[in-house]
Amino acid sequence: MSPRTAPSKNRAVQARRSVLLADGTIAHGARPRMEEEFLLEALRWMMKSRLYDQKVIALQRQGLFGVYSPGIGQEACIIGSAMAVDPVRDWMVPQYRELMATVHHGLPLEVITAQYLGKIGPARIPEGVKVLPTQVSIAAQLPQATGLAWGLRLRRQDSVVITYVGDGGSSEGDFHEGLNLAGVTRAPIVFFLSNNQWAISTSRKVQTATRNFALRAAGYGFEGVEVDGNDVMAVYDVTCEAVERARSGGGPSLIAAETYRMSFHNTTDNPSRYQDQKDYDEARSRDPIERVQKYLAGLGLWDAKREAQWTEEIREENERAMKMATEAPAPRPEDVFANVYEEPPPRVIRQRADLVDGQGG
Amino acid sequence: MAERNIVEAINSALAEEMEADPRVMVLGLDVGKLGGVFRTTSGLVDRFGAERVVDTPLAEAGIVGASLGLALAGMVPVAEIQFLGFTAQGFHQIGPQLAKYRQRSRGRYHCQVTIRAPFGGGIRSPEFHSDGVEAQFVQSPGIKIVMPSNPYDAKGLLIEAIRDPDPVLFCEPDRLYRGRRSEVPDGAYTVPFGKAQLVREGEQVTLVAWSAAVELCLRAADALVADGISAAVLDLRTLVPLDVETLCAQVAKTGRCVVVHEAPLSAGFGAEISATLMEEVFYDLDAPVARVAAFDVPFPPASLEDYYLPSLDRVVAAVRRTMEA
Ligand SMILES: Cc1ncc(C[n+]2csc(CCOP(=O)(O)OP(=O)(O)O)c2C)c(N)n1
Ligand SMILES: [Mg+2]
Repeated sequence: MSPRTAPSKNRAVQARRSVLLADGTIAHGARPRMEEEFLLEALRWMMKSRLYDQKVIALQRQGLFGVYSPGIGQEACIIGSAMAVDPVRDWMVPQYRELMATVHHGLPLEVITAQYLGKIGPARIPEGVKVLPTQVSIAAQLPQATGLAWGLRLRRQDSVVITYVGDGGSSEGDFHEGLNLAGVTRAPIVFFLSNNQWAISTSRKVQTATRNFALRAAGYGFEGVEVDGNDVMAVYDVTCEAVERARSGGGPSLIAAETYRMSFHNTTDNPSRYQDQKDYDEARSRDPIERVQKYLAGLGLWDAKREAQWTEEIREENERAMKMATEAPAPRPEDVFANVYEEPPPRVIRQRADLVDGQGG
Repeated sequence: MAERNIVEAINSALAEEMEADPRVMVLGLDVGKLGGVFRTTSGLVDRFGAERVVDTPLAEAGIVGASLGLALAGMVPVAEIQFLGFTAQGFHQIGPQLAKYRQRSRGRYHCQVTIRAPFGGGIRSPEFHSDGVEAQFVQSPGIKIVMPSNPYDAKGLLIEAIRDPDPVLFCEPDRLYRGRRSEVPDGAYTVPFGKAQLVREGEQVTLVAWSAAVELCLRAADALVADGISAAVLDLRTLVPLDVETLCAQVAKTGRCVVVHEAPLSAGFGAEISATLMEEVFYDLDAPVARVAAFDVPFPPASLEDYYLPSLDRVVAAVRRTMEA
């Protein structure tokens, strides 16, 4: 065990949870909830996430896609957490790096893709899909997610909210206000903090002097747990426990998932200006997808042939969604005025008419 | 019919809506047993319980952000920000989040949220408590801005706000909270947004105002009678939506206009009124549109507020100048 994974002397915090080690073996004494079939499903989703990111980056480089923040390296967080919530009952409140989590939660891939392509109608989250829009204002989603969870309980619904934030977001005032209010109201919510070690170019060490983000939870009067965020089995386990706690009235939880952003912040970024190659290489050796493949290979459930076949199938699925999104109707000029007010003020109606007339339409 | 002041009118509006719709809830600082620092929520917790009248942690962004989430869960939150000046601590949850949420979600979600906040000078409040920052929110399209000036409107506009599917910032003039009582019906009624009200007829000049400045303009109009000047007073009631039609028709009729507000002059909402009149009724004007506002300095200590806020003398003087132009 490295010093960073050693059990904490502080009894309030459990040791970092870990099930599937980087070498593809199961941690001593771990009793994971995920069985093989389910792990295969998780692997498929993780691969889908990575292949989608890779495709988008390629398209962005050709000017065919907008600014994009890939989840490469964080697939265990993205998928392990999403698999622990119920798309029928539970709500997901994303930041922006959890794209495939929202897809797992029922948001069609072509819809979220259309959002990145600047579409309006085709990018609308369908009725019944319990996902809130991508949040770009860092941590603003947290008090909102708390309010949602609190409100769902007031409405006597059997729902839990999962919301995501980064290591950078943990420094925002909204982090404090959102978590504190959740503690006070005992809202049924899971705060999933993906510590990918970076906020653009700012190191995680600049964000907080705390050793362990999970410690923060103690200050809000609820459970905090640290997990190996590159271990989909452990992420799934701790998220299931947090969801069960929330659903049974046990209040909120903070999950601090230790992971690594194995790509750039977004397509405008250049990590070579600030990132140490050694750290990156070290993270590569802990790849969340490869360890699952190794483990499954040891069980005879994975080989190069299957990998090639899945890759091919997933690429096709992803491309189908991209094609649908690309071919969906482009916004019309008057869509500038769409979805602002249920009943726009007369002035806005006049501005819309002026724009339409100016277009000769 | 009952006589009520603004505090009682607001309390009555909240009680009516909470009675009629179990989704309506009140949250904010000290809104429970205390009834709010101005007692506008007095008695509500006893009547509707602590689940629907909630004392929150002291965190304005949290109050507004949580209200957004509560609305998405199907509740109808009425959040109180203890003083409008402290919306600064929650501004990013108001303009960028609440006001934009319908657009950001491509219309999938809307936020039926009312934010109530007292404001304004004249009651010797501590620092930050008096700041009239209403115009800051006008640059955040998507949220309606309501500025009642009297008890009848306060109740009717608040009920309209609570029922509006879009977010509303409802600014309450604390100087007038316990002012003159006037007739406010029992039971629910609404005053529509975007309908300015001519609160005093007059032939020669129109004073345009909202919130507490309406009361000042009414006093000025009374004082001007001695000079033989007949001044009308137009209460805008809501800044967003703005009743451009009534504003322009009324000012065109009198040919002269003085806009009065308690917020600083530069880029205050008076500038918007003046610019609108230039665009729409320039050729009906007999004199330049004048503005009387607070000065372009931060709100001073209470000992100086009478010099800072537009006074009766300044309004009367501005009207006289406008008449001579
Ligand atoms: C309130 C706010 N400030 C600044 C930014 C610009 N910005 C975008 S992403 C980012 C870093 C976020 O880091 P973190 O929370 O760790 O999330 P990650 O990108 O690593 O997933 C910053 C500073 C923003 N979007 N919102
Ligand atoms: Mg980060």
